[in-house]
Amino acid sequence: MPHRCTMNRSAEMRSTPASTPASALGDLGQPADVAQPLLEVRGLSHRYRLPRGVFGRRRPAEIQALNAVSLTLWRGDALCVVGESGSGKSTLARLIMGLLTPEAGEVHYAGTRIDHLEDRQRQRYRRRMQMIFQDPYASLNPRLRIAQALEEPIHVHFPEVSRQQARERVEALLSDVGLDRGWGERYPHELSGGQRQRVAIARALSVSPELIVADEPLSALDLSVQAQVLNLLVDTQLARRLTYLFISHDLAVVEYLATHVAVLYRGTLCEVGPAAQIFAAPRHPYTRALLAARPRFDDAGAQHIAASTDTPADLSITGGCVYRQHCPLATPRCAREPPRLEALGDGHAVACHAVDADAVRMDTEAHLGPES
Amino acid sequence: MALLEVDDLCVHFTLPGMVLEAVGGVSFRLGRGECLGIVGESGAGKSVLGFSLVNLLAPPGRIVSGRIRLEGRELTTLSERRWRAIRGRRMAMVFQDPRATLDPLFTVGQQMHETLRAHRRLSRRLARRMVLHRLHQVGLEAPESQLARYPHQLSGGQCQRVVIAMALLLDPDIIIADEPTTALDVTTQGELVALLTSLCRTLDLSLIVISHDLAVIQQLTQRVLVMYAGRVVESGPTREVINDPQHPYTQALVDALPQMYPPRAPLRPIPGSPPAPGAAPTGCTFHPRCRYRHAGDDDLRRRCEGISPGLIPSGGSEVACHWVAQLIDHEMTDHEAIDAAQVHDESLG
Repeated sequence: MPHRCTMNRSAEMRSTPASTPASALGDLGQPADVAQPLLEVRGLSHRYRLPRGVFGRRRPAEIQALNAVSLTLWRGDALCVVGESGSGKSTLARLIMGLLTPEAGEVHYAGTRIDHLEDRQRQRYRRRMQMIFQDPYASLNPRLRIAQALEEPIHVHFPEVSRQQARERVEALLSDVGLDRGWGERYPHELSGGQRQRVAIARALSVSPELIVADEPLSALDLSVQAQVLNLLVDTQLARRLTYLFISHDLAVVEYLATHVAVLYRGTLCEVGPAAQIFAAPRHPYTRALLAARPRFDDAGAQHIAASTDTPADLSITGGCVYRQHCPLATPRCAREPPRLEALGDGHAVACHAVDADAVRMDTEAHLGPES
Repeated sequence: MALLEVDDLCVHFTLPGMVLEAVGGVSFRLGRGECLGIVGESGAGKSVLGFSLVNLLAPPGRIVSGRIRLEGRELTTLSERRWRAIRGRRMAMVFQDPRATLDPLFTVGQQMHETLRAHRRLSRRLARRMVLHRLHQVGLEAPESQLARYPHQLSGGQCQRVVIAMALLLDPDIIIADEPTTALDVTTQGELVALLTSLCRTLDLSLIVISHDLAVIQQLTQRVLVMYAGRVVESGPTREVINDPQHPYTQALVDALPQMYPPRAPLRPIPGSPPAPGAAPTGCTFHPRCRYRHAGDDDLRRRCEGISPGLIPSGGSEVACHWVAQLIDHEMTDHEAIDAAQVHDESLG
């Protein structure tokens, strides 16, 4: 395994954000402004239309999958988006990648608005931002040999690269992700899940992207293989100065990998901030419930019973805070007006009416420990 | 006598031209009120083992040898007709995906009534009361109003509670739960773990929990079997197995957990991947991935590659590993050497 400096390596990367040479930004007509976020999402919203019921029964016609979400990613960040199923995590990733068109809001990449670009104009950004999907069994074309699958994006994005050069690049990529060059001649069905996810990572890396959006890349993998891929993700981020937007429901993985965490609940951003702060002193009641519920090894037998969020989404409830039905701190105000995301300093922000009023109490608790 | 005794159970899948060994010689005892965990990666044979315990193996899967005894009564030779008096009434199974377990076309009440009335002759009123009692027992809010609901109107956690209530309907002694928390959100997982724990305690129910999640196993179970490629490689008290694993595979599995490391520190993964079905290595099936592979002498390596290790006691657990066996032998020799030295000293003194 390649040598890796640990712990504060992400902090090192953040202190030297000018990792991309000025020319790389210059050719897009953007100033090489190191103070500029790599990715900025402003007020992103999306609704899914539901088909009518089979028997023409009336159902809510739409689901608000994402509601005015704003996020900022700096170079070298590993932002993990957490939330339960249906919270809009994957929708967010797809909107950023341009696989869906947002209903409202903007996506800015290195200072340029990209959400309404035509396919042709979008192409150059497709190279700079790559996606890794959840299911490595579904995301590789079963008819292409591994080497072909890896060469294809190179030829698409770098037409000037010769076949021979592409082949050499693929061999280097395979060895980067820890696969023998012989695997290039195989078909996806001959590979294990972990090997396929390595290939998916290699394919994302093949066009030298800056940002990698990964939607649950580990959940299809066995525990013993998951650690291999996690190591690879951290090593690669360091070696290639990548920025990650990482979607996961596994809080152990998030705590391990994230420099920053964003918590989504039913399409709304509840809390966002540096990972260490979120895990040590979560502010939003939902974040607290989520963290309290995670199974841990240090207190075997102790049962964490979190505030129940276990009811189906009631689509008819609109307005106010989305978490109020389950929130132990809910007040009539929470039903009237949705809380706005308020900055708490250090990039930590929370959307909760109760946090302001209780700031002092929560501060004290934070000193006592996160789970009091 | 233990409630459930399983001895040397082997399950094979006979396919054209080959025989796959899915479960190779698993033995365990389950006491009343006890919670046993079966942990392993996908393909380790945990679910096949679970299915074979309630005779739900689909062909070409078949129990080829071994015994399953419930309170001393042999189950492997029972006809399917006789099994119906056991399955559901004595041993019930909770499947992995609660939504797939429930029939989308029937309400919760209809499905539960059907289960109950298939086994017992009851009046509608009594059946309804029993159904409500079980729904209440699994902590479902407002059970009366849930009866008329269809599965799609329930959340994942509510579905899982309904499925558990159905498993409890006929008052079984044993519930086998296959990945009971896997399809659920984190917050709901915690609630389900608490529910299963309290059911075990209040109903004196025995539980077999099949999971790939060590944290869930740790919270729920008192004893655990660690399976790899169809075999039990380690078994013992859950706390000891997870806190002080003896088998190299269990050690590596615990070492690979990200929660055991500070953020972004290098993890210690297990090299390679679990063997594909039918491609299990000879000898110890874990030997190609074992961290002690090159630690021993040639003799040990030959044993690891050629002889399948049997379970031997080590610490508070049982372990199937030649390397551990050799360590124990050596320790004993060391102790004997010390004893011998002391005897020698005393005789001189």
